[in-house]
Amino acid sequence: MKSERILTYREALNEGLRLAMREDPRVILLGEDLAGGAGGTPSQVDAWGGAFGVTKGLIQEFGPERVIDTPISEMAFIGAAVGAAMTGLRPVADLMYVSFVGVCLDQIMNQAAKLRYMSGGKIRIPLTIRASIGAGMSAAAQHSDCIYSLFVHIPGLKVVAPATPYDAKGLLYASIKDEDPVIFIENKTLFNSKGPVPEGSYTVPLGKAQVKRQGKDITIVAISRMVLEALKATDDLAVSGYSAEVIDVLSLSPLDMETILASVRKTGRLIIVDEDYPKCSVASEIAAIVSAQAFDYLDHPVQRVVPPHAHVPFNPALEQYYLPNSDKIVECALGMVTSQPSS
Amino acid sequence: MSNRYSSEQLKWIYEKLTLIREFEERIYRDYLNNKLPGFVHLYAGEEAVAVGVCALLRKSDYITSTHRGHGHCIAKGVDPKHMMAELYGKATGTCKGKGGSMHIADIDCGMLGANGIVVAGLPLACGAALSAKVRKTDQVAAAFFGDGSSNSGAFHESLNFAAVLKLPVIFVLENNGYADATPIRYAAAIENLSERARGYGIPGVTVDGMDVFSVMEATEEAVARARNGNGPSLVECKTYRYYGHFVGDAGLYRSKEEVEEKKKEDCILRYEKRVLAEKWLSQQELREIQRQSLESIEEAVRFAEDGPDPELKECLEDVYVSY
Repeated sequence: MKSERILTYREALNEGLRLAMREDPRVILLGEDLAGGAGGTPSQVDAWGGAFGVTKGLIQEFGPERVIDTPISEMAFIGAAVGAAMTGLRPVADLMYVSFVGVCLDQIMNQAAKLRYMSGGKIRIPLTIRASIGAGMSAAAQHSDCIYSLFVHIPGLKVVAPATPYDAKGLLYASIKDEDPVIFIENKTLFNSKGPVPEGSYTVPLGKAQVKRQGKDITIVAISRMVLEALKATDDLAVSGYSAEVIDVLSLSPLDMETILASVRKTGRLIIVDEDYPKCSVASEIAAIVSAQAFDYLDHPVQRVVPPHAHVPFNPALEQYYLPNSDKIVECALGMVTSQPSS
Repeated sequence: MSNRYSSEQLKWIYEKLTLIREFEERIYRDYLNNKLPGFVHLYAGEEAVAVGVCALLRKSDYITSTHRGHGHCIAKGVDPKHMMAELYGKATGTCKGKGGSMHIADIDCGMLGANGIVVAGLPLACGAALSAKVRKTDQVAAAFFGDGSSNSGAFHESLNFAAVLKLPVIFVLENNGYADATPIRYAAAIENLSERARGYGIPGVTVDGMDVFSVMEATEEAVARARNGNGPSLVECKTYRYYGHFVGDAGLYRSKEEVEEKKKEDCILRYEKRVLAEKWLSQQELREIQRQSLESIEEAVRFAEDGPDPELKECLEDVYVSY
């Protein structure tokens, strides 16, 4: 039996970028410290390979013409990525921490998202913006945001969030090939996580959610690292005799409600686990749609396992208190499966 | 000065100057007669800058623009008929009626769009220039922006970014003395904004933006520099807008006398004087071009008025390529 090839999430992303760049000379990378040591000696160049090491080794293969270290100028380089995408390239820009969107929201919200529409469809912006999210590393409030709901909220943008190395590589590859601007959400706490990743290029399509575990008693929809928490919760629930179905949203916009609704019709119970701020979240959006389109199938009101309306604290114990986790999911699920179905 | 410009070029310049002036004057009247929805920001008075710069650009070069973009559009070759239809919000507009005055774009002419966000065009122009560099063409990108923009963050980021990556950009600063209702003498601590170029290690020059030839001379040098791979330049053109920030703006922040004084420096009158004095063009040739420009605008208005409104389903189209 051929053993599976195991890569880290970081290595999988690196491979996705490398393959895309080999196949298409129009793919370029822009961002801060994508190599590091720019302008230095050969031993200094590629000192970092990205703040999280995702782009290490790429400058050696593709050169500084295509792996472009930028000054700390998000408005300039994100805006330039938009302009380059409008004029024949397929740039992948690295925002590094999603929190930095605060510095360049115009370029994403008013330019990338709107220029196609306002030009009557003449302009095409095949841009990918990578950004890392997630709490759990004591990075504190300004470096632990998720805020992907902000991007889902804006028409004209697509948003994806892989939780496994396999999905990371395939979804990144698909995002780069997509003709629309895609915000590619990487969870920083997952960079060292491991999983099977095939060689060669393959796509994980945008617009499709995935059933990661089948079950019949309750549906748990989760985003990014919360998928792993949901899977852990599912194991714990199995011990108590309940079978949970776990759905990895994967594509936040476009959102695959078909897969979610089919599961809810089967189980009658839905929990949505979302690490993003609770108000106006993707969890809220899913809950509203399920309520409107599967009301008769629900045996219990839709529950959201989400952080409080607060910021990510620095203190590690407080941070764990803040975050959704498998225990909180189990507690919520037990409360739902043991209550009487509404009929 | 010897005549370095061909008769064809000189006629082109006059055609564009008069087309823009007629377009803007006509919109001014039609807007006040409630024929146009939304807002318009008129370029009348500033024509020498758009025309002087675009005279040195090829069709395949790129420009980005501002909310005051009609002049840049016409100078770059966007069809005034479709522009007028866009202002009327018609389906036959440059943007199918979905963008309006501040967002007219025509990729085929290299016009990456008028833009409603101050200074937004500069990073976009850097991107277009970067694209040309990566694709190894010798295309250049010109970014038009105002004195107000040059105080905003993305101006500073863009100049440094273009300098560091040696991008083929021409930063064209149209200093018309006012940003909305606030004079630049209040909003900036220096007199000649081109001095800012030095802080980013790029060449900067201030020219008389009411003189087409001065604009052309500075642009020619900047374009050559960019095309030869020697990076960006800042060209500050001191100019003046005859109308308010938008049509309807009473313009109380400046005196009527100031406006009248500036009109004495009018770029079209000066151009006429120069080409006639040098005998580069004749009075007859000028009159013929002016007549044609007037007719083009008349035709544009008829085209706009006759055009259909977009279908309701257009509201949902073009948000994405596919979703």
